[in-house]
Parts: sequence; structure tokens; C-alpha cells
Amino acid sequence: MHLLVCGGTGCRASASDSIIEKFKTEIAAKGLENDVQVILTGCFGFCEKGPIVKVLPDNTFYTQVKPEDVAEIVAEHVIKGRKVNRLLYIDPTNQEKISDAKHMGFYRKQIRIALRNCGVINPENVDEYIARDGYHAIGKVLKEYTPAQTIDIIKKSGLRGRGGGGFPTGLKWEIASKNAADQKYVVCNADEGDPGAFMDRSVLEGDPHSVLEAMAICGYCIGATQGVIYIRAEYPLAITRLKIAIKQAREYGLLGKDIMGSGFDFDITLRYGAGAFVCGEETSLIHSMEGLRGEPTNKPPFPAESGYLGKPTNVNNVETFASVPVIILKGADWFSSIGTEKSKGTKVFALAGKINNVGLIEVPMGTTLREVIFEIGGGIKNGKKFKAAQTGGPSGGCLTEKHLDTPIDFDNLIAAGSMMGSGGMIVMDEDDCMVSIAKFFLEFTVEESCGKCAPCRIGNKRLYEILERITNGEGTMEELERLRNLSLVIKDTSLCGLGQTSPNPVLSTMDNFYNEYLAHVNDKKCPAGQCKSLMKYVVEPEACVGCTACARNCPVNAISGERKKPHLIDTAICIKCGACIEKCKFNAISIK
Amino acid sequence: MAKIKSLDDLRVMKESFQSKINLREKGENPGSHVQIKVAMATCGIASGAKTVMEFMMEELEKRGIESVVTQTGCMGYCYAEPTIEVKLPGQEPVVFGYVDTKKADEIIEKYIKNGELVEGIIPMNYETIDN
Repeated sequence: MHLLVCGGTGCRASASDSIIEKFKTEIAAKGLENDVQVILTGCFGFCEKGPIVKVLPDNTFYTQVKPEDVAEIVAEHVIKGRKVNRLLYIDPTNQEKISDAKHMGFYRKQIRIALRNCGVINPENVDEYIARDGYHAIGKVLKEYTPAQTIDIIKKSGLRGRGGGGFPTGLKWEIASKNAADQKYVVCNADEGDPGAFMDRSVLEGDPHSVLEAMAICGYCIGATQGVIYIRAEYPLAITRLKIAIKQAREYGLLGKDIMGSGFDFDITLRYGAGAFVCGEETSLIHSMEGLRGEPTNKPPFPAESGYLGKPTNVNNVETFASVPVIILKGADWFSSIGTEKSKGTKVFALAGKINNVGLIEVPMGTTLREVIFEIGGGIKNGKKFKAAQTGGPSGGCLTEKHLDTPIDFDNLIAAGSMMGSGGMIVMDEDDCMVSIAKFFLEFTVEESCGKCAPCRIGNKRLYEILERITNGEGTMEELERLRNLSLVIKDTSLCGLGQTSPNPVLSTMDNFYNEYLAHVNDKKCPAGQCKSLMKYVVEPEACVGCTACARNCPVNAISGERKKPHLIDTAICIKCGACIEKCKFNAISIK
Repeated sequence: MAKIKSLDDLRVMKESFQSKINLREKGENPGSHVQIKVAMATCGIASGAKTVMEFMMEELEKRGIESVVTQTGCMGYCYAEPTIEVKLPGQEPVVFGYVDTKKADEIIEKYIKNGELVEGIIPMNYETIDN
């Protein structure tokens, strides 16, 4: 018999360590140590009801176990084989007690659709993909549906583009299908560039065939015989696996001429990007594919009319494509039964930042931020307080405590001043300075602006300079006003999506954390203690015993004082490295 | 490699691949085949998944355990890389996180040989969709 005790950070905080201890002593006392093992596990993703204890082999799932309950579990369950009823999970929908973890699927917050094969199949073996219904969707489409019928299924499913904008995929396909031309193109946008985002890379590395299959389906729908995957060269493993996948699909005749005897031809090539952020924008991406500079052009004409090499082109993101084959096989109704009214299906998020379970998750649209961060994500690192989550990367905004219970979908995020983006979610805690965060993202967009239009090229640079002055304690109230006005002008006048969204981090932090801006400007203080220019290290004379540890470890000799007497930090020399705080055993140095 | 000429061809192939995988997973007699999947996305490899995979292959052979070690993509548990999934014949798969060669050795000796679980299990916390 095995007793699995959750060792996720949330459960640990509520005593899972002492529960394990108690189990071990209790089991030893009964002489059962050879028959029963107590095992610490990772997070069950059910922190709200922690600590969790699961008993194997019977799969009993105990919730909110306290150290006092251990003796009873051992005496009743382990020895007599009787479940401890009062610790079983109660199904909130019908108030029934659930004893078997296998029937507890509903507590799981995640459903994996785009990630259905990631971590399940060998991505370098097409047979394993076929064994899980791979290429059955394209087979079914070619045999049973006309292009218009297929587009109809995608439209009915409610699938919206996962790359950021959330444009209805079926509609996009329909527009491209209606533009007559001798050649059309299907392009997969794998130019994932948001800091901290790695959803598309994981899909391509874990399940490349699903993207190839969906591109072929799209080709059939819009009347294209050629697909191109635009992928950044800094994803070498994804490129390798895509190449293997394309080769294997060609060998089976799943790409190439006359696919499955249908007369439909489709093939896919790769095109590498050099990693410019703006090339995630579809017109820039197309120019880059053509060998031109990665710069955007005005829309219209939309790529659906005149895209790659001037031909009608349909561009979709990796995750959008990865969802398509399942929709074909399981039906539009199935897909649209998941999610919210206007955002259907699931969304993959890359959880990063100050969160315990950094990782890749896929949740139904409409899941709340609280569920994502505190249940699946296991809460904030080191028991700190949640402050904000940045979604949509440098184009998005931050969600704060008041948004924790908002269901996440395309429209709610926009209403909250952020956006879905491609799915990066960076979690920040009380130690993060929101002005610095805005500055970080601005630094990124200044670096990545292609320079074609003036508002983005010059305006973002000016925004960055104002933010720099504020974090240095040189900001004024007039500048705060200018920061907001300039942001709005850049949004209104920039040529492409990059410039139109780049001031969002500034506006959203100003809306949600205006007090932090005021503290930097008026009080010359950084409430989170992150802005070095606004910090001052001081020795508390009452606490200092004069051990000289700080002075000996100061790299710039800024600390002076006699042995056994309070020391002094010369703030003019101090570089605020924090070495003295680390060495002080008496907590005598503080940051002011 | 033979070309797939129709949807029916594909379905026949699926059946045969599935039964091959089933055979590998379930084995003809209990204890015949242990199946191990190593999460080998960029993040896993950066955390040492390759070393773990090589170790597993070599050691399982040395210790005379019939097994199949394959690579797979990201399982999503980036905080606990490298991660591996071990499936003993006739049992539910178990995912282990933070696997280095020392942990891998423990998994072979305790879990694979004796069915004794070891620390570092990552409980499955998502729903799968049956295709």
C-alpha cells in the first residue's frame, strides 16, 4: 500500500510535512513499515482543498487532512480497510462524497486539446500520431466534406485565432477561399516572440503532425496547394522535429500529390525568421518570407486578398492549427460546448514569473485567473502576496487582484485593459515595481520597433525615457500627464499592431497602480523597493553591534566604523548591491 | 514506406499501430515490458533529460529489465524538469519530476523492480480528450 501526500507548496504551507512525519511514526508503531510506504508527491492542482492524501491502490482521495487525522486514517483505512468518510471530497454539484480519485475528473481544471498529444506521443514517429487518430481529420474532410462544409464546421465551432487578435478562424478561411487566384498559400505563424511565452514551441516540439494536418485541411478549404511554416531560427529543436514530421508525412503520402486518392495536392516548406518581434505581425511576416525587410504594410489589402507573393494567403498561429483536427473529428458542437459565449474551446498559457508551478497549462476559456494562479499554478512563490499578472506580453496589460475572479476570455481581458495575446502569463508579487515592469516591456518594444513609422519609432523611445526618469526619481507630475497622452497618441497613429499596442503596459499599470507612479514622482520612493536610484541603505545604530562583517564585505568600501561601535554607510559611494544586508547577522541594515 | 491511399487505409494502419503500442504497453505476460517516456522538449533537454534518457536505456539493459524508452514532447511541468513517465505493465502510468541520474536509479531499483513508489511523483491534473 502507498500513501501519497501532496508536497505542493500550498499543501506544504498547510502542514503536509508534519502529516508525513506522523504517518511514518504511526506506521512504524504498528509494525507496518514494510507494507506501507509514505510518499511525498508534486502538486495535485487542488490546493484549495489541501493538504491532499491519496491512498493506492484503491485511489481514495482525502482532502483537507490535518496531522490529527493521521492516526484515524492508519487505524481505519490502512489496518481495517475502511475509508474515513469525513475526509472524503464532497462533490459540490450534488453533495455526494467521492471516494475514488478516478471519478474526480471534474476537479481537474485543465482540458488538453491543443496539447492533446504533447508529452504523450513520440513527436518523431508519425505512427504514434496515426495511432491517436492522426491524419484522420484530413482523411475525413477529403472524403466526406466539401471545402465550404469544412469551413462551416470551423465557423460553427467558434474557434478564434490563438495568436493574439482572436479573429474568427472560420471567417478568415472563408474570405481567403472566396478570393480567386491561380495560387494561394497557407502560412503557419510560428514566430513566437512574447517574452516568457513558449506555447507554440511546445506544440511544435511535442506534436508537429497536428499542425501539418491542419494546414492541409486549411489548404483544401481555401484552395491552396502550398503551405509555409514561418518559424524563428532560435527554435532549433522545433525545426528539427518539423523537418522529420514533413519527411514522414511525405513518405506516407499524407503530404504531396493526390493525398489519400482524393486528387488534392498539398505540400509544406519551412521558412526561418531571424527573431524580430514585428515579424509576428502578418504583413511583416509575409514580407520577411519574401526576402524583404520585416516591416508591416497598411491593411487593406489584407493577406487574404494579396499576401505572400501577391497571392491570397491565410495566416494562422500554431495553436489555432493544432486545435483544428480535433474539431473536425469531434465536431463543432463538442468544441463550442467548452468555453464562454464568445470564446470557445481552451487556451494554452505559459505560466511564468513568481509562481510555484511554472509550466504549460491548457484551460477552458472562462477559467478565472484565481483558478489558474492559485489552483493550477500552486500559488505565489515563497508565500508572497499576488500583485498582478501580465497577459498578452508587451502588447498586453496587467490584471490585478480585482480581476482574479473574472473569467478569462478574449472579451473580458480587453474589458480589463489587457488582452489574450498568444498566451504568456507572467505573474508578479508584492516585490515587483509596476513602473519598472512597464519600463521593461517598453525597453523590449523600443528594441523591437522596426522603425518604419514615426509614432512607434520615436514615441516609444520618448515613453521609455520618461519611465527611466521616473524610476530614477527625476519624474514630474507634468511628465506623468505627458506619459499618458503620448501613449494614447502612439496607439492611435502607429502603422501596425506592434505600435498600436506597445503603450498598453504603461496605460494599464497607470490605471491600476497610479499610486506607485505618484510615490516615485512625489515621494521619490519605490514602494516595492526595486528602483535602485530611490533606495538608500542605512545602518540602524541601535541594532548594529559593530562586528565589521558588513564593512569587510562591502565591494566598494562604503562602510566605515570602529569595531564594537555602530557603523555608517556612505550613500555617495554605496552601489546598493545588498552584500552588507546578506552578511549582517543582526538585521541592522535596512533599505529606506 | 507504402503510401496511404485512402481513409480506409489509414484506419487499418491506425489499428495496427494501436495494437503495437498496446502490446508494448501491456505486454504478453505481466512484467514483460516497462515503458518509459522522457519529456524531451527544449526545456527538458536543457535541464538534463538527454542524460537521464541515456542513463535509463543503458541501465535498464544492464540490469536485464525488458523495456522501451521513448522520447516525447513537453508534459507541461516545467518547474519539475526533467520529467519522465513510467508505465509498468497493466498499471496506470506514473509521472516523476526532478529526475536526475540518481533519481532514475532509485526509480529503477524501487519502482520498476518492486513496484514501490518513490518521491517526486507529479499527479496528473488535467483531463485528456479521447480522440
